[in-house]
Amino acid sequence: MYELRNVTKRYAKGRTTVSALEDVDLDIAEGEFLSVQGPTGQGKTTLLQLLGALDRPTSGSVRFEGRDLARMREGPLTQVRARNIGFVFQGFNLIPTLTAQENVETALVPLNVAGTERRRRARAALGDVGLGERARHLPFELSGGEQQRVAIARALVRDPKVILADEPTGNLDEGTRDEIIGLLERLWAERGQTVVLVTHDSGVARRAPRGAWIYEGRLSIVEPAGAVVEVAAEASGA
Amino acid sequence: MFFTYVGRELRRRRRQAVVVASGLALGIGLVVTVSAMASGVRDAQSEVLRSLYGVGTDITVTQAAAAGSGGPVRIGFNPGSQRQEGKSFSRDQVVSPPGLGTISASQVRSLSKLQHVDAVAGGLTLTSIRAQGRFASGPSQSSGTGGVITNPTALPSEAPVGISTYSITGVDVTTTAVGPISPSEVHKGRYFSSKDTNAKVAILDASYAKQKKLAVGDAITISGTDYTVIGIATSPTGGQTSNVYIPLARAQELAGLTNKVNRIYVKADSASNISAVKSEIKHALPKATVTTAKDLASQVTGSLSSASSLSGDLGRWLSIAALIAAFAVASLLTMAAVGRRTREFGTLKALGWRSRRVVGQVMGEAVVQGILGGVLGLGLGAAGAYLVSKLSPTLQATVNDAATGVAGPPGGPIQQANHTVSVPLTTHLSATLLLLAIGLALIGGVLAGSLGGWRAARLRPAEALRRLD
Repeated sequence: MYELRNVTKRYAKGRTTVSALEDVDLDIAEGEFLSVQGPTGQGKTTLLQLLGALDRPTSGSVRFEGRDLARMREGPLTQVRARNIGFVFQGFNLIPTLTAQENVETALVPLNVAGTERRRRARAALGDVGLGERARHLPFELSGGEQQRVAIARALVRDPKVILADEPTGNLDEGTRDEIIGLLERLWAERGQTVVLVTHDSGVARRAPRGAWIYEGRLSIVEPAGAVVEVAAEASGA
Repeated sequence: MFFTYVGRELRRRRRQAVVVASGLALGIGLVVTVSAMASGVRDAQSEVLRSLYGVGTDITVTQAAAAGSGGPVRIGFNPGSQRQEGKSFSRDQVVSPPGLGTISASQVRSLSKLQHVDAVAGGLTLTSIRAQGRFASGPSQSSGTGGVITNPTALPSEAPVGISTYSITGVDVTTTAVGPISPSEVHKGRYFSSKDTNAKVAILDASYAKQKKLAVGDAITISGTDYTVIGIATSPTGGQTSNVYIPLARAQELAGLTNKVNRIYVKADSASNISAVKSEIKHALPKATVTTAKDLASQVTGSLSSASSLSGDLGRWLSIAALIAAFAVASLLTMAAVGRRTREFGTLKALGWRSRRVVGQVMGEAVVQGILGGVLGLGLGAAGAYLVSKLSPTLQATVNDAATGVAGPPGGPIQQANHTVSVPLTTHLSATLLLLAIGLALIGGVLAGSLGGWRAARLRPAEALRRLD
């Protein structure tokens, strides 16, 4: 599904240039559950944004189903995001003025799904994450775990090929964290979508069958994902 | 989804929405009030001009009196053959206003043949000077000597001798398209008919009729001849250019000016041709003074002129300044709001929302705020206009008679220099003003939305999410 070759991403930060990713090669198969682990600020989110067609690399290629996202213009990139990718963010990123159901519906707006069908699908997606009863609640009326479940429903409602989750449990307590990861695992198992989970939490990372470790912009693949924990300890000098 | 999102977002930012809408409302309200006032002033001005100028008239033509003509008015009271001691007297002397020359009736006809001229009518504006009093009794009478007074002209009248003036206008009764008075102004009795060309009939200005206690059917004596009052006229401003209107031929006979007029009323076939017609008339009558309504408006002085300047200049600039301030506040607040919603818009773009959809959302919110401001502004403006109408300040317009050829008001000095008309200021809210308010509200909304939308469109989703996550 994904083929990343020699991907480098650099940002200008004042007069200096910061390298977020350095010469990254990565293949992700369709239906795979990959965790990407690493300390904060080492390039995890940048990698996820390249996979999610939110950004282009400075050099190298990011092929998604054979198409190089690095060479696509903004319009087609937006189309790729709208049709193929579901995002789950650490901060949930729900629209505060819209109800849970309306938040889920926002993912169907770019696909021009008609109102009735949009509402039906949003209700079904909320049902899938166990929030059918809270469809009319505003985000501030929901707990952190519930808000993240709404965000997952929003990511799933258009049945994307890929789910990209950026620290989905970063703002949650331990009990809720397990609940959310359990939900993502269940949905992955049921739907067979490709899931890329970025986390700094080794407990979360080891739940994925395959893991990657990213440090100072360089990526290494560790199989199975449980081995990532050891790599992490080694890198940090523990 | 679009309207739900717009509505919820505006509710969330209620305070800011109120500030933006109020700012726009103030600006738009000011524009509406000033425009309504300006419209009222324009109406007042046109009423004044209509009153001073003539019905349906675009251009008036007068001619200055020839040098050396005119001079003091002499009124003969007592023929030498009569003994008049102790008798009361009343004499009328009808004269053409000083400084106003005459134009031949044939020239009136020649003007009607000019291109773009729709209607032409001649008029004769006259001033009747009436002296009333009682001759003094001579000392020989009071002493009872019975002597014959051989030189009665030497006897003075008893003071005071009442001198009053009133204005008479000779009207071309064959046309109603243009002239000093129109049938619609006659609210009692009737207007002249074409059969009245040489009839001894008169139409009186309502205030003059009231002052003289005259009604339709009564007779008014002018220079010893009785004229039947056939109508009473009132102009919308409450005053007429003349106290008495009589058929033109009668006026010419009174003044001894057969086939002469001292004022020509011209109506152009369209407003855009007025200046062309003016040039043609100047060419045809080189000595004549050709005045358009615009020329006359520029000569109007007094509080009407001040109100016109106030609403036209100060009001316009004040409104523009208020609008610019309101638009700037709306734009800055909208841009700031977009800045605060970077995360939200970044998320929507990550979900696949196109930039134009995000811009549309920002624009929609700004336009709704603009419309709210417009509705509020229209309300404020209407309230302001109502207040001005309620206070109804009276405006006075003074025009130099040389420009209009209008005779002075009754009772005024014979050498009247200026003509003053009072008119209450009313404000007019029209459909155009409604459209103006809505238009300004939309412009304000679209401007603020464009700037906010521009900021939202420039937002790169990766940067937006990176900055905050």
